[in-house]
Amino acid sequence: MDDKILIAKRVALELKSGSLVNLGIGLPTLVPRYLPSDMEVYFQSENGIIGMASVPGPGMEEPSLTDAGGGFVGAIPGAASIDSCFSFGLIRGGHLDLTILGGLEVDEQGRLANWMVPGSRLPGMGGAMDLVTGAKRVIVAMSHTAKGQPKIKKQCSLPLTSVRRINLIVTEMAVIEPTDEGLVLREAAPGVKIEEITAATEADLIVPAHVPEMQVDPALPGDLFYLGGTSRSH
Amino acid sequence: MHMNKVISCSKAVEMIPDGATIMVGGFMGVGSPHRLIDEMVRQGRKNLTIMANDTAFEDIGIGKLVAAKMIRKLITSHIGLNPETQRQVIEGEIEAELCPQGTLAERIRAGGFGLGGILTPTGIGTVVAEGKQIMEVDGKQFLLEKPLTADFALIAAHRSDYRGNLEYSLTARNFNSIMATAGRTVIVEPEHIVPTGVIPPDAVATPFVCVHHIIGRA
Repeated sequence: MDDKILIAKRVALELKSGSLVNLGIGLPTLVPRYLPSDMEVYFQSENGIIGMASVPGPGMEEPSLTDAGGGFVGAIPGAASIDSCFSFGLIRGGHLDLTILGGLEVDEQGRLANWMVPGSRLPGMGGAMDLVTGAKRVIVAMSHTAKGQPKIKKQCSLPLTSVRRINLIVTEMAVIEPTDEGLVLREAAPGVKIEEITAATEADLIVPAHVPEMQVDPALPGDLFYLGGTSRSH
Repeated sequence: MHMNKVISCSKAVEMIPDGATIMVGGFMGVGSPHRLIDEMVRQGRKNLTIMANDTAFEDIGIGKLVAAKMIRKLITSHIGLNPETQRQVIEGEIEAELCPQGTLAERIRAGGFGLGGILTPTGIGTVVAEGKQIMEVDGKQFLLEKPLTADFALIAAHRSDYRGNLEYSLTARNFNSIMATAGRTVIVEPEHIVPTGVIPPDAVATPFVCVHHIIGRA
């Protein structure tokens, strides 16, 4: 299974019916594809919509209905449009149940860095600092390493997004939970040995006596629901 | 019966001098005043301070002001999808103040609504907090973020009536309704201009008292 699909399928298991969820740009937008079709989850996009959905079909794109990357989306019946103050009021005010974000680094205390690489990449934080600070639950969905180097480190070398401890890290190798005691290895991906995970992780991992295998359905088709327009609205 | 606020795009841009501070509505080009932006590029301006959520793409929306090298300072939350903005910032051609998106929205709201600032938990313990006052309220720490206002706010709307009451469409609202309160001169570029009364009072998102000029049909 493709690494990104594995991560998206595993993260999808964390979503709960009736919850309000915000997805970061990139990998997190794959997650809704792998939700059970009978599950009702409400997606907020910080550019101003609650109840974002996929575009219903070709030719039905609306230039004033887009996701935070500027791609075309649709909306569920009962969706609501809001301005940027309201959107971030929901995020900071404890109304957002979950955000799923990409990551550059996570440290041993569960702190995320995902908005800049000094001197080379300066995307800006966009909504990430508000999301990590304010969402009830934060899941980081990312590759375990970058160019062979661990991304889960003792200390982040990149500027932090927030000092808030995130709730879960899902990579193509493992599921890791930051706790008061440290980073706990909760699951290993199919076919991945514990030693391989610890070798690819700079931070110390707490390894319980039994680490179950990540349970994802390899047969899940992944075409049920698609968010994150590939085409731009202009 | 009421003042005619409708002016041409070129007349509107002629009001804007070099060095002006301008808020521009839109989110990745969605809900940006595209005709006003094109006219600014056509007339040419320099040393502008632009406050906007993002700089869209290289050939879209605010990205065109970047490409034409009209910007000296940028207060924004995200430039990640515009490599030319990143290049100009990294090479020091543009001075950029990166501000968390929710904080940027609230700073503009504070400026427009006469507040001395806002207190937010966002940015505490990060580089965003450097040089800023931290206030403790009921045992929780907040960052004091100061208000923003501008000489001009250039915004887009779905419909304006003859008075300048505005209605927005879906995600094209974003920063527009907030910036409409914070520009000393507010210029709206509506998709449609409709008779006063067509937009019912409950649907008015920006009341006409905030709007100084309406861009007429070309």
